[in-house]
Amino acid sequence: MQPPGLAEAPRLQPPRWRRSARKLWLFRAFYLMLLPGIVYFVIFRYFPMYGVIIAFKDFAIMEGITGSSWADPWYRHFQDFYQSPYFGQLMTNTLLISLYKLVWGTLPPIILAILLHECKVRWLKSIVQTLTYMPHFLSWVIIFGILLTLFSQNGGLVNRWIVENGGSSIPFLTSTDYFRSILVGSEVWQNLGWGAIIYLAAMAGIDPTLYEAAKVDGANRMRMIWHITLPGIRSIIILLFILKLGHLLDAGFDQIYILYNIQVYPVADILDTWVYRTGLQQMNFSLASAVGLFKSLIGLVLVLGANRLAKKWGEGIW
Amino acid sequence: MVKGLDDKLFNAIVYLVLGLCGLAAILPILYVVSVSITPFGEVLRNGGFILFPREITFSAYKTLLTESNIPRAFQVTVFITVVGTAVNLVLTGLMAYPLSRKNLPGRNVFLLMIVFTLLFSGGLIPTYLIVKSMGLLDTVWAMILPGAIWSFNVLIMKSFFEGLPEELFESARIDGAKEFRILLRIVTPLSVPVLLTVGLFYLVGHWNEFFQAIFYVTDRTLFPLQVVVREILMQSQQPLENAENMMPTQTMQMASVMLASLPVIVIYPFLQKHFTKGMLLGSIKG
Repeated sequence: MQPPGLAEAPRLQPPRWRRSARKLWLFRAFYLMLLPGIVYFVIFRYFPMYGVIIAFKDFAIMEGITGSSWADPWYRHFQDFYQSPYFGQLMTNTLLISLYKLVWGTLPPIILAILLHECKVRWLKSIVQTLTYMPHFLSWVIIFGILLTLFSQNGGLVNRWIVENGGSSIPFLTSTDYFRSILVGSEVWQNLGWGAIIYLAAMAGIDPTLYEAAKVDGANRMRMIWHITLPGIRSIIILLFILKLGHLLDAGFDQIYILYNIQVYPVADILDTWVYRTGLQQMNFSLASAVGLFKSLIGLVLVLGANRLAKKWGEGIW
Repeated sequence: MVKGLDDKLFNAIVYLVLGLCGLAAILPILYVVSVSITPFGEVLRNGGFILFPREITFSAYKTLLTESNIPRAFQVTVFITVVGTAVNLVLTGLMAYPLSRKNLPGRNVFLLMIVFTLLFSGGLIPTYLIVKSMGLLDTVWAMILPGAIWSFNVLIMKSFFEGLPEELFESARIDGAKEFRILLRIVTPLSVPVLLTVGLFYLVGHWNEFFQAIFYVTDRTLFPLQVVVREILMQSQQPLENAENMMPTQTMQMASVMLASLPVIVIYPFLQKHFTKGMLLGSIKG
């Protein structure tokens, strides 16, 4: 809003466009700083969003993104995918793996955080924190190596033990019966400590006088956890859970691609891994882009929905 | 007293479970270390169960460092990590600083442009086509430039800069300092904590580089460490008829795993608090 005095004497002011131009000129150094970043975002983030139109084209390498002809009908690749036998399998695997991780992955970090919060021995607390946070920084290749040495069929520690005790070895890493458990288990192992950090921070914000009052009232430690600690982090638990729901279609491309093998495709192949194989290995660019776009769009809706829900819940928190 | 006993029991359980969690995190890694320094024959004899090896050999490491692709991959990874992290920090900082100035005209448009990439992306195939059309395929830059700025890190840095006292900038401006000078001489020294936090995340990301290499690089001499290690790990799953290719023993495989993870494991405990801070900063934003 302009002050009324200015509006009444417009002639004294330079024209609007010159004023805004001068204002922009004042900020020229800032725009110069922004320039490399903007160029990066346009080239590597926004050009690909334009490139997504190949999902509606019959992409030919020689013709390029713009030159390739439109698919007929425009939704042909989506239709092909929908009618293919992969569709059901990929959707099932993606959603199931995601849900398993959500269900099994939520509670352990909360429990660890509560235990760390209850731990009165300083050095033990910090050692356990250091140790349990570490797996978060190991790449999936490294974890794959660890899994191989523990669970592979010939030479894995667990199978050696089983065989020595008269059992027959179990192909944990190559069997459709066990593979999803391996995925969920290794994910929980990797994120147990890291996931606890945020709950710990929330617990640090709980008013200590609450505990003292409870102590005076004769509450034991279990009751304090139940009536003070848990209610204190309830909103953050719900918030994180909702936000994770928004990423339901991200079942973990990095992990699955590195751990899986052809024997377990029926239970482990997800949208992302299929897009990679179809697009970059079989060079079926248009079909793969269509599936990728399908996933991105549903993902967008899920994330926006989750954020909305989280805001509703979060109003009480911040 | 019953209550005192109760409390002691409770404490005991807490310590026990915490100890178990700690062990569960570290034992698999210790086991990998043991296997990697135990002669393969010994591994077979003991049914694989060796936490404290009786016989120690570093021959697996020696073989890997002299007769495999590991040294070359090591060079590639170090290059990506050093140059990549430098590029990341410069670009991220340059972008975050102007965006932290609340009166910058057009600020919201730029912020929206960044936040939107957190919600939606063109996906793998279109990105591949762009990288290809830029002529980056089969160069180290394909592993550096496409991920040069993580949107999230811009937001983390921006909110840190916003917390710096405004008077600082104003007095510098009155002294006639130009904006670039302010950024370099005043903002940067004050921002060491956030630079360290964000830098560490970029650094670990580069050290663990795997996917951009798989997507954009086919030239084997440019493979980073993680890709080469995965190849060594995969060889055991191939049929045995390939006897001409020397079968890497389990010892050798675990030695390669150690080589690829050692720097992270060694550095991490010293920098833990910076990582933790980054995690909290990030989650408050998100």
